[in-house]
Amino acid sequence: MAHSAPTISSNTGVAAKLGKAIGAALIDTVEAYGEISFTVERSKLATVLDKLRDKHEYQQLMEIAGVDYPDRPERFEVCYHLLSLTKNHRIRVKVSTDEDTPVPSVTHIWEVAGWLEREVFDMYGVLFDGNTDLRRILTDYGFQGHPFRKDFPLTGYVEMRYSEEAKRVVYEPVKLAQDFRSFDFMSPWEGADYILPGDEKVGGVAPPPTPKTTDKKSDTGAGAKADKEAAKPSKRKESKAKKPAPKRTKSGTQKKGEGR
Amino acid sequence: MADYLDEMDHLADDTDPTVGDLEIQNFTINFGPQHPAAHGVLRMVMELDGEVVERVDPHIGLLHRGTEKLIEHKTYLQALPYFDRLDYCSPLAMEHSYVLAIEKLLDLEVPLRGQYLRVLFAELTRICNHMLNIGAHVMDVGAMTPNIWVFEIREQCLEFFERASGARMHSAWFRPGGVHQDVPLKLLTDIADWLDEFPVLFNDAMSLVVGNRIFKQRNVDIATVSKEDAVRWGFSGPVLRGSGVAWDLRKSQPYDVYDRMEFDVPVGTRGDCYDRFMVRVEEVKQSARIMRQCLNEMPDGPVASTDRKIVPPKRAEMKQSMEALIHHFKLYTEGFHVPAGEVYVATESPKGEFGVYLVSDGTNKPYRCKIRPTAFSHLQAMDFMTKGHMLPDATAILGAIDIVFGECDR
Repeated sequence: MAHSAPTISSNTGVAAKLGKAIGAALIDTVEAYGEISFTVERSKLATVLDKLRDKHEYQQLMEIAGVDYPDRPERFEVCYHLLSLTKNHRIRVKVSTDEDTPVPSVTHIWEVAGWLEREVFDMYGVLFDGNTDLRRILTDYGFQGHPFRKDFPLTGYVEMRYSEEAKRVVYEPVKLAQDFRSFDFMSPWEGADYILPGDEKVGGVAPPPTPKTTDKKSDTGAGAKADKEAAKPSKRKESKAKKPAPKRTKSGTQKKGEGR
Repeated sequence: MADYLDEMDHLADDTDPTVGDLEIQNFTINFGPQHPAAHGVLRMVMELDGEVVERVDPHIGLLHRGTEKLIEHKTYLQALPYFDRLDYCSPLAMEHSYVLAIEKLLDLEVPLRGQYLRVLFAELTRICNHMLNIGAHVMDVGAMTPNIWVFEIREQCLEFFERASGARMHSAWFRPGGVHQDVPLKLLTDIADWLDEFPVLFNDAMSLVVGNRIFKQRNVDIATVSKEDAVRWGFSGPVLRGSGVAWDLRKSQPYDVYDRMEFDVPVGTRGDCYDRFMVRVEEVKQSARIMRQCLNEMPDGPVASTDRKIVPPKRAEMKQSMEALIHHFKLYTEGFHVPAGEVYVATESPKGEFGVYLVSDGTNKPYRCKIRPTAFSHLQAMDFMTKGHMLPDATAILGAIDIVFGECDR
């Protein structure tokens, strides 16, 4: 261990012991970076946390964190961070859920869960069964949507300003002076799984692993040579071409490049 | 309404000339959103029975800026300054949790001088924060002079921050792997001199309030919280210690070089506003003690890790070395990649346990960064703490739980 992050009591044997205590409700145990997380069944959550508090001395619920993984069948993960003041230890208990399935509330075990659940509801839209006061908490009065979902844009949908005409605060759709820029730092050489521009021509799949060569003429992608006559410029065009065409200055081409 | 008037007309006859309600109704008022004693933008809907508070419903989120969402769209280093803007009264303490979380994921070692400097400035931040809170608290309950005196101490703290990082408040000085820049020797000697000087003024200011009859009347036995309640409501920091729980993350879960420091953890006995206040007063003295030890033991050496894949090189080095130039460019455009995983790192910020739950997916941006604010759980308990007390006590309670909305609303 080289880092100087906070140290807790030894994890030795804790995962096994608590895993046994959680019993059939346990789905998965992960021990990484010196932290233990248990994934438990959603329906048994309250029982498990109650047991951890009363039998295993995890007295404090410090945090409930929602995480959104849109690719999973149950996209939301709700993480409960427990702290034991007597054993000087921390564990994490997770459940997963989707937009419609409620998670059992733990407000009857810890009062502090009330606002923490409200926050997860506000930010992710996760419902908590048994929380009697499940209102929005951080967002504006009358806000729509759940802003921390991965499919919610960073800029949001509405912006607010004081209107001198209406003499009150008005909401309007977000107008951006320039497109929102999101830089992608994935190197295409390190297995980026997104589609590069031009790939959609081959049915939206990523380019084949073999690099394109142009050793043979057929590899270049160029079609058959055009008819010689057709390639000749027409007379009308010729006469136009004789006129001094507007010079393509360097700055002109640059301007074109900037538009990209 | 018409029925009500009829009823009133009927009641106000010659035999019974009383006009008005038969039953006295509770009065509902808005405390805030702009209120000098709310320490920020807090709206509390209060139900009053006369002057006694029956129910409090704090409405928070008026300063919500979506920090956690913004962090998901920034590289790890770019996200760091957002932490200064959380609890703007103790910015370096906020950065501390975040950089430790990154270092935990990277398993990155910080050189000893870097760790000492962090602890030194984290404790300076604690003094700075407590100066503001103590001053604001005494002013909320009516005393003016101590606030002005301790603000002078706070100003001196801010000057030290400026000399170390260039910024008075939003320092962005703690970086993954250490601190951004080394401090000049003169700054350390000046801090050492200041550590001898400031307790004089601080003790003078405190002598005006700690034994003061009015101050005690306003604070003693106000919002008493038992040990059990404090634990169940998720309290931490001085509010938890004020209730008599000897729990300090610097002691029990030491980070950086706190395990080498000798200091005491003050605890309260009754769990009222006065105890919370006194815990902070004592913490200032303990912080000064830690800072003295840091200055005495301050080793030489690098202030940040020399792992060039994470910590950018110094400018002078870039003038000489192509390699350094490439590292600098890569770190300030792409940033470093953090191995996939999740950690929850909590440090003892001046206000309590400030945690960062960092989920990494192996890229250069955090997948999720959940911030555990200290004020969230304390403010949630406002209802049960204020119930049965008078309206002016609400300001004393708010002052004693030390809330800052930059952090609470994120």
